[in-house]
Amino acid sequence: MNGPASSLREKFLHGSLAITLMSILFGFLLGGVILLVAGFNPLEAYWVIVEGVFSRPKYISYVIIYSTPLIITGLSVAFALRTGLFNIGAEGQYIMGALTAAAAGYYLKLPILLHVTAAVGLAVLVAGLWGGLAGWFKARFGVNEVISTIMLNWTALYISNWAITIPSFGRQGTGKTYEIQPSAQIDILGEWKRTPEGIAFLREHPMLWDILKSPVNLGFICALILAFAVWYTLNRTTLGYELRAVGYNPHAAEAGGIDVKRSIVVSMLISGALAGAAGAFQVLGVSHRIATLAIMEGYGFDGIAVSLIGNNSGPGCVFAGLLFGGLKYGGSKIQDVMGAPTEVINIMIGIIIFFVAMPKLIRLILNFRERRRRT
Amino acid sequence: MEGLLNDIAFIIGTTLMYSTPLIFPAIGGVITERSGIINIGLEGMMYFGAFVGAAVAYFTQDPWLGFLCAGLAGASLGLLHAIATVSFSAEQIVSGIAINFLGVGLALFISRLVFDGATQTLTVPNKIPLPLDFLFGDGRLFPSAGFMDLVFNRFATVYIAFALVLVSWFVLYRTRLGMRLRAVGEHPEAADSLGISVFKIRYGAVITSGFLAGLGGAAMSIAVVSRFNNTLISGHGFIALAAMIFGKWKPQGALLACLIFGGAKGLEIFMGAKGVPIPSSLLATLPYILTIVILIGWVGRSQPPAAIGKIFDKGED
Repeated sequence: MNGPASSLREKFLHGSLAITLMSILFGFLLGGVILLVAGFNPLEAYWVIVEGVFSRPKYISYVIIYSTPLIITGLSVAFALRTGLFNIGAEGQYIMGALTAAAAGYYLKLPILLHVTAAVGLAVLVAGLWGGLAGWFKARFGVNEVISTIMLNWTALYISNWAITIPSFGRQGTGKTYEIQPSAQIDILGEWKRTPEGIAFLREHPMLWDILKSPVNLGFICALILAFAVWYTLNRTTLGYELRAVGYNPHAAEAGGIDVKRSIVVSMLISGALAGAAGAFQVLGVSHRIATLAIMEGYGFDGIAVSLIGNNSGPGCVFAGLLFGGLKYGGSKIQDVMGAPTEVINIMIGIIIFFVAMPKLIRLILNFRERRRRT
Repeated sequence: MEGLLNDIAFIIGTTLMYSTPLIFPAIGGVITERSGIINIGLEGMMYFGAFVGAAVAYFTQDPWLGFLCAGLAGASLGLLHAIATVSFSAEQIVSGIAINFLGVGLALFISRLVFDGATQTLTVPNKIPLPLDFLFGDGRLFPSAGFMDLVFNRFATVYIAFALVLVSWFVLYRTRLGMRLRAVGEHPEAADSLGISVFKIRYGAVITSGFLAGLGGAAMSIAVVSRFNNTLISGHGFIALAAMIFGKWKPQGALLACLIFGGAKGLEIFMGAKGVPIPSSLLATLPYILTIVILIGWVGRSQPPAAIGKIFDKGED
């Protein structure tokens, strides 16, 4: 059992990856049981989801668009979690980022590249401060970040709703803001695809046309870059090392000369900035405006799920975000096709996280299988 | 003068009404966290309870049966949380997050099956009664819309919530069970060595918290309003969680915090009704900002139970 090959095997069978994969398997199995009990054929439902995700280029691009904000809010939650902070506030930071991006995209008059940079930069700044505020409350006053971020979520939601009532910003009576200027949009070929030449060209290239029917934008590429940046920062820089040290054992970190309070603020700043970037890309690339929120949209909470399923790592969040986005988008189709409630997806996500929470149980099951094979 | 009195009465009354759905889960939170188990799944338990309560009340026309079933629905999710956290040493926050997804998912899934694809129930025929009207007849005890009527003629759930605070305080601080529960939350190893079953106490506490969160959901869906819809419970469980921390893990503290949140809501509704020219959205931020300010300036470092979130393993395996 001590050779390198067997240790690799060991890692795969008993490491965190195995636990995640087993959890996902259980999610699908038990989700299927629930569908079966409710009188639906689970295989048919899963086939509808698979078809709904992969059968057309447009569907795939929609999955990517759905996944983009989830990946980034996932990164946000993951980053804070590595420092031992539970950022429930990704939701509010996302809202602040979206609000700032919508305002900057609408009010500022700048040339194309600069406008996007300014809008994203401002959104990231505001959301970063919003997150950093919770970090500062914790570092300076000892206020539990879970409670302060819950409060900040609601404060952000109402500030955003209030901003929409400002006459020069919100379109009166619609509960929505004016659309951001084209120079701030990050759609890929967004304007060209509506021009006569564009339409003529796309008619001859049906595959491309199909893809461009969805609001394709640069957000996903940014999400991948951010995922790499998070991985790099956490694993290859002194800052990341310090933040992780604080998450692992704050007392030891302090004894080792790390400024724990500063780390808490910095971690929440970066975490907030990431969530704000998610909101900004969503506004600049997909919605082009913000609307009054009756309740939380859930991007931040879904980000918690993504982070947990993705084992709180950069690459993990990309895969978990795509899985979640795919299930969300594909899952919405089982409603129309077979009348099965699409919320089975929420249940499945819940089951997956539930098992992710219990590595002990998964190890028990894995060991049991192995023992049986040996005897 | 009478106008002012009635205004005050109106604010007190709405405060009581909107605090009630928070008090149940907040007390649930106190109980489970005092036993050492974090329950961030209160939101999902409330959500599921709100749906089950309204659905049962709709089909049986019996609000009390709905209320009870809402509690059982929450308790069933509590059982799941207990299995994960107590028996399988799960990360408590992670399991709680899972419960939130499950609670929302189950409620909407079943709602679509039972209510023809809709994510809301139909209006329940009978809400939770107003006990004063029930006992003394409509407007008999206090004149209708007078001060006493506006303050005291409230749903039975309001009275139950206040009784619950008293009972939970008594149990926690004046009974052997409460002492054991607190001991388990502070020092499970010591409690275990004295022959207290950490396992049983924690299972009981977590399931109870689920039951109470479910009741809180029903206090919303079949008392404050008369149906469940998918936006009815939107963050109440999280606010209850905050109220519990705010109240320093004590029933009386949690009650106070819930009253502050409910009071802000009451004030918001009152000012809206009076046409006070403050944007309602900005007014709505008040309780949340106030909470942060109070936490910073007044409460300071609130100390959770010592063994909270820590895995207790008897070391048998």
